[in-house]
Amino acid sequence: MQLTQPQDPPGQSDYVLKPGHSYTSIGTKIAKIALDVRTPFGWVVGFGVGAILLTMYLISVGVLFARGIGVWGNNAPVFWGIPIVTFVWWIGIGHAGTLISAILFLLRQEWRTSINRFAEAMTLFAVACAGMYPILHMGRPWLFYWIMPYPNTFAMWPQFRSALAWDVFAISTYATVSALFWFVGLIPDLAGFRDRAKHPLLKFGYGILAMGWRGSARHWDRHQTLYLLLAAIATPLVVSVHTVVSFDFAISQMPGWHTTVLPPYFVAGAVFSGFAMVVTLMIPIRKLYKLEDMITLHHFDMMGKVLLATGLIVAYGYTTEFFTAYYGGNIYEVDMMNYRLGGAYAPFIWLLFACNIFSIQFLWFKRIRTNLWVMFVISLIINTGMWLERFMIVVISLTHDFLPASWGLFQATAWDMSLMFGSLGLFLVLLLLFVRTLPMISVFEMQELIHTQESHH
Amino acid sequence: MSAAHATGKEYFGLLAEFSDPDELVARTRQAYEAGYRHMDAYAPFPIHGLSDALGIKGNLVPLIVGMAALFGGVGGFLLQYWTSVFAYPLNIAGRPLNTWPAFMVITFETAVLSAGILGVVGMLALNNLPQPYHPLFRIPQFQAASTDKFFLCIFETDPRFDLEKTRAFLEGLGPDSITEVEQDETTKVYD
Repeated sequence: MQLTQPQDPPGQSDYVLKPGHSYTSIGTKIAKIALDVRTPFGWVVGFGVGAILLTMYLISVGVLFARGIGVWGNNAPVFWGIPIVTFVWWIGIGHAGTLISAILFLLRQEWRTSINRFAEAMTLFAVACAGMYPILHMGRPWLFYWIMPYPNTFAMWPQFRSALAWDVFAISTYATVSALFWFVGLIPDLAGFRDRAKHPLLKFGYGILAMGWRGSARHWDRHQTLYLLLAAIATPLVVSVHTVVSFDFAISQMPGWHTTVLPPYFVAGAVFSGFAMVVTLMIPIRKLYKLEDMITLHHFDMMGKVLLATGLIVAYGYTTEFFTAYYGGNIYEVDMMNYRLGGAYAPFIWLLFACNIFSIQFLWFKRIRTNLWVMFVISLIINTGMWLERFMIVVISLTHDFLPASWGLFQATAWDMSLMFGSLGLFLVLLLLFVRTLPMISVFEMQELIHTQESHH
Repeated sequence: MSAAHATGKEYFGLLAEFSDPDELVARTRQAYEAGYRHMDAYAPFPIHGLSDALGIKGNLVPLIVGMAALFGGVGGFLLQYWTSVFAYPLNIAGRPLNTWPAFMVITFETAVLSAGILGVVGMLALNNLPQPYHPLFRIPQFQAASTDKFFLCIFETDPRFDLEKTRAFLEGLGPDSITEVEQDETTKVYD
């Protein structure tokens, strides 16, 4: 299987959209992905794998509900185990979608256009996977609404000085605004689908979702203003989300958590892992739907650069953490850092450094950034590395606090693992259903891109 | 109204079809210069300069988003202030009850949440969406307005609208086709 385009002569791959597309051809090609009755075999295989993992997830949730949190490895001293690690990991992955759709939009980066819709969907589903964890972690998940402020018969209110209460607001706001941003972008494309679909039921379904959009210039005017404003509010929002998640740790006293570097390095790590996930998903999907003309090597070149930049920020974060601990000389902090480098979990830490610092050094070279096999492998390594980073922060810190008497080791159970890998199934199933039914590349923004390119020449 | 009386039909407007976005902008500008005001242009994607050509001067979306953000931020802060100071005060070593720096995160989040939700609702409301029925949806060619064609429609409500004269004017613009858009008998739509 050849992943790079053989017809691309070297140095000729620097376009964001292969020349020769018209308004009609681009729309038809994108719509065909969802409207074609035939489903590619690769999609069926992916969906099958996703469905199996999702079944495992549902069984794990069932067992959890029936038997309680005790099925997990959570026990003294580690009461935040694999579920919280995976929660932080998923939330981080979501960040790339908002970054691509909002921040790169404000920065007028043309290459974002063909990947933003897909990345936004990835955000939504990653946040859905993440959002399940705190609820499942509650022990009595059916009482999850107790975390929201509402008048109740106990006359109780949430503790708004707690980072956990902030987290509820940050994540629910992020999920809502991401969904709105995604849907507002989808409306015109849904209208296009309504008018392209042949089957009356599909026409009806897309028609209801498009809400009667007819491309009026007055509507476009308000739509585009809102889109810009949503991008403008989503930008600080996305930075705030992982900052607030990092506050869950940073405002506590735990050695390894109690550090001011956590918020910026969480945000950089989030973008880092999110872009890695976009690369992981884009490479097979581009191949499956033959999107080489819209998602070009230039895109992977750019994403490789973002991975390198954010990865270096993450590496700087690790360095700062170690430096401040050793320079500050606080015995608990120094001990935590020594424990990380040489304690029971040291192999994890060194693997983490290999994944997140060493592997990205290859991305300095354009030949590597445009070699999709290597990019795919590096993106998987980064995804693993970022999970290990969250494991380092959450679990390793908890096993080794102030008192030697409360030190201990953490052991995950099979249910921890099945829920974690199962959540990949939830993600995969949602994502593949999205690809199969909705415009996974923004048609109107691609047409707009053709229009601007034509007026430039 | 004279046209409606003459033929016994009531019209929504006259629809001209173009196949190039820049042409649509130029022709819309010509129609505006000819004095037509009650009209709209339709395109599958936003075209720079089209709002200008139609004489659209800004919209209310920024105001709605701004007010919504203010409302959400103030509301979010007051919720925390009221619960922490009055409804459920917790005296922790005599520290102040109004710990406003700790309230800033949720204040920001509620501001963004309110701006996002009310912004979308406001945009849809101003656009009069959802609107499942529209006379233009009965025109077969108009399906392409969401895919690859560009339309200009002069509404019957325009004071200068006259079926014959407006038609002649639109023909002078050199469109691919001109269609008379009729009103439905029961559901009247004017823009």
